[in-house]
Amino acid sequence: MTDVKNLEDLFQAKIDAEQKIEPKDWMPEKYRKNLIRQISQHAHSEVVGMLPEGNWIGRAPSLRRKAILLAKVQDEAGHGLYLYSAAETLGTSREQTIDDLLSGKAKYSSIFNYPTLSWADIGAVGWLVDGAAIMNQVMLCRTSYGPYARAMVRICKEESFHQRQGYEIMAVLAQGTPEQKEMAQDALNRWWWPSLMMFGPTDANSPHSAESMKWKIKRQSNDELRQTFIDRTVQQAEVIGLSIPDPDLKWNEATQHYDWGAIDWAEFNNVVAGNGPCNKERLTARNKAHDEGAWVREAALAHAAKKAKKKQAA
Amino acid sequence: MSQTNALFTYTLRLADDLLILSHRLGEWCGHGPVLEEDIALTNRALDHIGEARNLLTYAGELEGKGRTEDDLAFLRPERQFLNTKLVEQPNGDYAHTIVRSFLFDAYHLPLAEALLKSSDAQLAAIAGKAVKEAQYHLRHSSDWLIRFGDGTEESHQRAQAALDNLWTFTGDLFTQDEVHQAMVKAGVAPDLAKIKAAFDATVDTVLSEATLNRPTDGFMASGGRQGKHGEQLGFILAEMQYLQRAYPGATW
Repeated sequence: MTDVKNLEDLFQAKIDAEQKIEPKDWMPEKYRKNLIRQISQHAHSEVVGMLPEGNWIGRAPSLRRKAILLAKVQDEAGHGLYLYSAAETLGTSREQTIDDLLSGKAKYSSIFNYPTLSWADIGAVGWLVDGAAIMNQVMLCRTSYGPYARAMVRICKEESFHQRQGYEIMAVLAQGTPEQKEMAQDALNRWWWPSLMMFGPTDANSPHSAESMKWKIKRQSNDELRQTFIDRTVQQAEVIGLSIPDPDLKWNEATQHYDWGAIDWAEFNNVVAGNGPCNKERLTARNKAHDEGAWVREAALAHAAKKAKKKQAA
Repeated sequence: MSQTNALFTYTLRLADDLLILSHRLGEWCGHGPVLEEDIALTNRALDHIGEARNLLTYAGELEGKGRTEDDLAFLRPERQFLNTKLVEQPNGDYAHTIVRSFLFDAYHLPLAEALLKSSDAQLAAIAGKAVKEAQYHLRHSSDWLIRFGDGTEESHQRAQAALDNLWTFTGDLFTQDEVHQAMVKAGVAPDLAKIKAAFDATVDTVLSEATLNRPTDGFMASGGRQGKHGEQLGFILAEMQYLQRAYPGATW
């Protein structure tokens, strides 16, 4: 018992001294579990997030937009890969992690259970969804677990490009024809509140937060990050002439932040519970890709085994 | 047909193959059999669309009517698309997708290599970038075809079925009509008999390693180069051109 207590003290001292925890270092089982949960959720979000955006690759309105969108969705797949690898350093296999997604046991960001209904949604997803994700990810570049922090540095660079391209789509639409402007405003109306929900429950209701902060997995609270995001995004919307769909939104001189209306947490809980507009489609699509790809993966393994055998015989 | 018209048509033929194949590969995005293949297919789709954009822009310049790459991609009707029927074929299972790309790559690489020596400086320059990409594409599709052919019984059967189904569409790749002949004469395009020889050599080598049978040339499809497509192309264009058609004149 004393030994574990010692190890825990050493571990915490390392974290307090801003030293990174590496895969072979001793860590409390709960730290490991918490990280596996968070990193694999993050990986799943990248992969499931390819679906709503992939939905518009075939209909992108110009070749430039199509190439950008392809590159963006490809980046998300790459992020999924780094993150699955980061999770593997904690002793979980990629197969197991993916099986947990496919069975519905593991979660992914609920935002991807909303549909992309118009081209402007591709703008809104880049601007708001990637924008909200970046707030979290910039913080995670300094997270205490080394492989996660390093994966995040690379991911952040790409995500900031994603956010800019999304905002640019919105800016062009907002300056376009009346129909295009309406498309942009409608997308903002639909994506605004779900984007705010991406930061997770309020600090008072966030089950994993206190421990995550102590272990410096997280370094800023859900509410702090949400506020920073709102302050930034409101100004960006003003610049391109779109309105945030919140009648209670107003600048507060005293706090130097925006005050804003109430989030519909019932909707959030409902989508997390599996009852969002596209939960079923997303999981069905992932399962279909996995099932239909089974023979491909088997063939690759069988061929590799044959090749190895031939090499041995030679 | 004037020389410029022939060059315009020839450039569009090159461009449309890549544009349509890129569209098809993009359909896989998020649905690939493993994440690495999602990335590889998007990579290919990006390379193809990049080359298509260069070619379409050049075609617009040759035509001299101010049409942009987007005008040519999004505002031409079905009968004006000049791609081979091979590239418009549906994705099918992963064996069909890989075989479709393999057959195209086995043609595209020697074509791009030959175009390096084209008398048309712009086409030669575009080919310069394409050659490196096409080498990777052919390696990717060959590796998978070998895995499938010499993998499991199921993968072998699927690969053979895909080859048998798609083989007829290679006919279009090597048809030399008067436009093509004019281009050969002008030193712009290679004689397709030479490209066919390189294609045959690649196909024979890879299929032999994959333990797959080369289908015999039966009825070989043609007509794509004259804008006579299968029914699939109309649906590709309906999807691809939707926003440009629904909101004429808008900027995106």
